[in-house]
Amino acid sequence: MSGNDTFEYAMPSLGADMDEGRVIEWRVAPGDTVHRGDLIAVVETEKSDIDIEIWHDGIVEEFLVDVGQLVDVGTPIARLRRVGADVEGSPATAPTSTPSPSLAPSPGDRVPASPIARRLASERGIDLGAVTGSGPGGAVIEADIVALSAAAPGADGDERSSPTAAPAPRRSPDRMRSLIAERMATANREIPHYYLSRDIDVGALETWLAERNAQRPIAERILPAACYIRAVALAAARHRELNGFWIGDHFEPAESVNVAMAISLRRGGLVTPQIERADERSLDDVMAALQELVTAARTGNLRASWMTGATITITHLGDSGADLVHGVISPPQVALVGFGRARERAWVIGGDIAVRPVVTSTLAADHRATDGAVGSRFIATLAQHIDHPEDLL
Amino acid sequence: MNDDNNSRTSGDERADLVTMILSAIADVAPELEPELADLDHDVDFWMELQLDSMDHLTVMTRLAEQTGVEIAERDYPRLTTIAAFRDFLAAAGG
Repeated sequence: MSGNDTFEYAMPSLGADMDEGRVIEWRVAPGDTVHRGDLIAVVETEKSDIDIEIWHDGIVEEFLVDVGQLVDVGTPIARLRRVGADVEGSPATAPTSTPSPSLAPSPGDRVPASPIARRLASERGIDLGAVTGSGPGGAVIEADIVALSAAAPGADGDERSSPTAAPAPRRSPDRMRSLIAERMATANREIPHYYLSRDIDVGALETWLAERNAQRPIAERILPAACYIRAVALAAARHRELNGFWIGDHFEPAESVNVAMAISLRRGGLVTPQIERADERSLDDVMAALQELVTAARTGNLRASWMTGATITITHLGDSGADLVHGVISPPQVALVGFGRARERAWVIGGDIAVRPVVTSTLAADHRATDGAVGSRFIATLAQHIDHPEDLL
Repeated sequence: MNDDNNSRTSGDERADLVTMILSAIADVAPELEPELADLDHDVDFWMELQLDSMDHLTVMTRLAEQTGVEIAERDYPRLTTIAAFRDFLAAAGG
């Protein structure tokens, strides 16, 4: 502890199901100056190797863990000196970009955090300084706390925190399986799911996409999955009761719409990185983000900021052949939207029968947070957006 | 073994195209690399390797960049085997 001139960087929670991780590579060295958003290390989790970012400017003083050492989420892994900290008594902690007023640090508290995040953290005995903030200016927001506490259920004095210097075997599919098992069992036990579905004629979408893609070079072509993400984001932005978190005994709507996409890994298991503010971004932008996420997930180069903060999740099993999916919600989220494969069906339009490509969309929602009427309106909005693809641009 | 009906140069080019296709697949799916050497060039490799629509797009993009061949969406349905893909790229001058 060298007072307030330094701060510690803790092992971040890279998804609600992560409770430990190990640094497998430092991207910086002691003495280096780092800036907010810089990648400072590669962390190996059960699922993937993830590049972790620093959220404050600073100078690296010391690494507190060895490469290969397995530590719990929240364990300090590096100590940094604040930029300008050697200037005596200067309040050097203000982030370079001014956070919005509600996120301003309160006096005597060096960690910027939203009021909800602050309350949650104190309720759960979480040290805000040990949380990687993903909000404006690196501020800790509700989703960070939620993800962190979901990752550490109960303070069981566990033996895993004992440093294991010997490099343990690389993550095993079995370990990932057991993490998913634990998480899904919790979700199914605690969340009273209700399910709704709606068949959507995707003919308009397919025609529109084909015409658009025909005029574009291959690198700029759009996949239906990107359209689904946009449609879900717009529907979630309109029906905010489905976009947020169930915390303790009540629902807290999220401030933004961050859509996670379930991406299956060929060696088994899946990851659910998110596309931030997908409701405010263009279709091209969402497509580029999706491509980046999938590539990163498959090659093991996910970034930490993608792994937290999701407010709603999509599972798109269409590619692998299923007609529909009744998904399991990823807590603390309250909704999961599924898309099956597009298949040709006899479809009635204006009194005539036509052959149309049809996709079954499903909504799994948390009945504690919403009732079927809300879900039903959501899925109607979703269908409307998919039927008017030009609105997704 | 590429010397059947082709001149040596053309056979080499076709072998190069196969290498290029396999390496594009290995790029999007590194964990499949060990399987690629044994891949039958006449099976639907998208199905065989369980590649999804995003893998598909990424492989197509990479090959279009490397060969300069513009691959239209309407060509996708016939580009399902390594052999078909190779012939398509060879015919397009890739």
